[in-house]
Amino acid sequence: MTEKIITFENVSKSFGSITALENVNISVDHGEFMALVGPSGCGKSTILRIASGLDSPSSGSIDTTTKKVGYVFQDSTLMPWRTVRKNVELFAELEFIDREVIKKKADDIIELVGLQDFTDHYPIALSGGMKMRASLARSLVLEPELFLFDEPFGALDLITRGRLNVELMQLYNSKKFTSLFVTHSVEEALFLSSRVLVFSGRPGTIKGEFKIPFKYPRDTEIRYTSEFAELSGDVGRILEKFS
Amino acid sequence: MLTPLIKKSLPPLLVLFFIMGIHYFITYEVLDPTRRFLLPPPHSIIYEGFFIPKHRDEILRGLFLTTRVSFIGLGIAFLIGFSTALLMSQAKWIERSLYPWAVFTQTVPILALVPIIGFWFGFDMLARIIVVVIISIFPIIINTLTGLNGASKNLHDLLTLHNASRWTRATKLMIPYALPDMFTGLRTSAGLAIIGSIVGDFFFGRGSPGLGMLLKVYGSRLRTEELLSSTFVACLLGVTVFWSFSYLGRKLVGHWSESWSA
Repeated sequence: MTEKIITFENVSKSFGSITALENVNISVDHGEFMALVGPSGCGKSTILRIASGLDSPSSGSIDTTTKKVGYVFQDSTLMPWRTVRKNVELFAELEFIDREVIKKKADDIIELVGLQDFTDHYPIALSGGMKMRASLARSLVLEPELFLFDEPFGALDLITRGRLNVELMQLYNSKKFTSLFVTHSVEEALFLSSRVLVFSGRPGTIKGEFKIPFKYPRDTEIRYTSEFAELSGDVGRILEKFS
Repeated sequence: MLTPLIKKSLPPLLVLFFIMGIHYFITYEVLDPTRRFLLPPPHSIIYEGFFIPKHRDEILRGLFLTTRVSFIGLGIAFLIGFSTALLMSQAKWIERSLYPWAVFTQTVPILALVPIIGFWFGFDMLARIIVVVIISIFPIIINTLTGLNGASKNLHDLLTLHNASRWTRATKLMIPYALPDMFTGLRTSAGLAIIGSIVGDFFFGRGSPGLGMLLKVYGSRLRTEELLSSTFVACLLGVTVFWSFSYLGRKLVGHWSESWSA
């Protein structure tokens, strides 16, 4: 049996009279890349907040085996007064990791996401895609065991988005961090993940689950296969029915 | 070829020449020669104010005293204003308790208050500084507070995930985030500080004479030339201070802040 990184058991969450989530059961295996797809306002982000410990469920329980959580938002949330390097070093700094160790790590990660020529630039000088790379790098520094993505590429143009999908897939392929990835885009979910959960509109409940059979590292070409199209159709039909 | 400096200063200079033209026109064409003392021509304003040693020394000394009071007052207003804003940013109930009183400093009719401040604190430096602090503190509090509260919820959440202390949150996130707004506040307050010290001066009418007192003396003696030249100096001081704070803001946060980048 594989180790579970995080398990949601009958989790519901309401804010006042609004029920955001109802009876959600999820268990994520170690090293699994799970995508959560659903219409806006179905509580997908709430799942990530609960997974990270920022929020707690109204009923039900969650069980996590790791405290090393990385969190990436749609907005890159870089600190504009810090250079790329200082931004990437932020979390390690907050955890009081040794300066020299931080520096070395930051260098490696910045190179890994391809920002080595922008190390000393301020966010004001970066494009949206570069900001997102810096944001990913910032979380990667602490080598999270559970990576939470809240529509990280939602604000980017399609071309940049496609490119970052490939880069993230490669990062995942080399580091195998467990991931929960929230997105509106079926294509993105299918391309990146090993499992897709489809949510209904409010209150968010799970309406479908798909295993994605493609092997990592994935070729961009898989997006144009008939198998991909078929899966995409199946997910899309459920989304349409319950949104 | 025009250098950038000339290019930048040419338009306001043209406006100056235009206004001086109107000024000369009024002095020589509109006013009856017997009533010319109401608006003496620019050159005699400049001559009387800046080339007669006695007047020049009076005005320069007034300028120095006004500048000193303004800066000490502004410094104190900054310390109190910044601390107040920081305190307000730490809890909603503190913000709610202090906010109305911060607004109070803005709406209090300072002219009515000046005599009372005089009774309580005398008519010297201290009373003038207090007037400056009251008149200039509001923009510092409000702008700094806006900045301190401005950082996104997501960034706060990220710090929460890494167990950041209140101190870390303030020093690594809230204060740096507030810097651009703080400079905006300081720039506004600097102008107000000068007005404050002149108003204080004008109404105390005693103690060390700054520009405000000179304005009063020249006014009561119908010395229009000196009156206008010291008014001009007061304006110039305001412009210089405004410009200096703009420069400081651009230098310190212009490389990362959208609102301060050139």
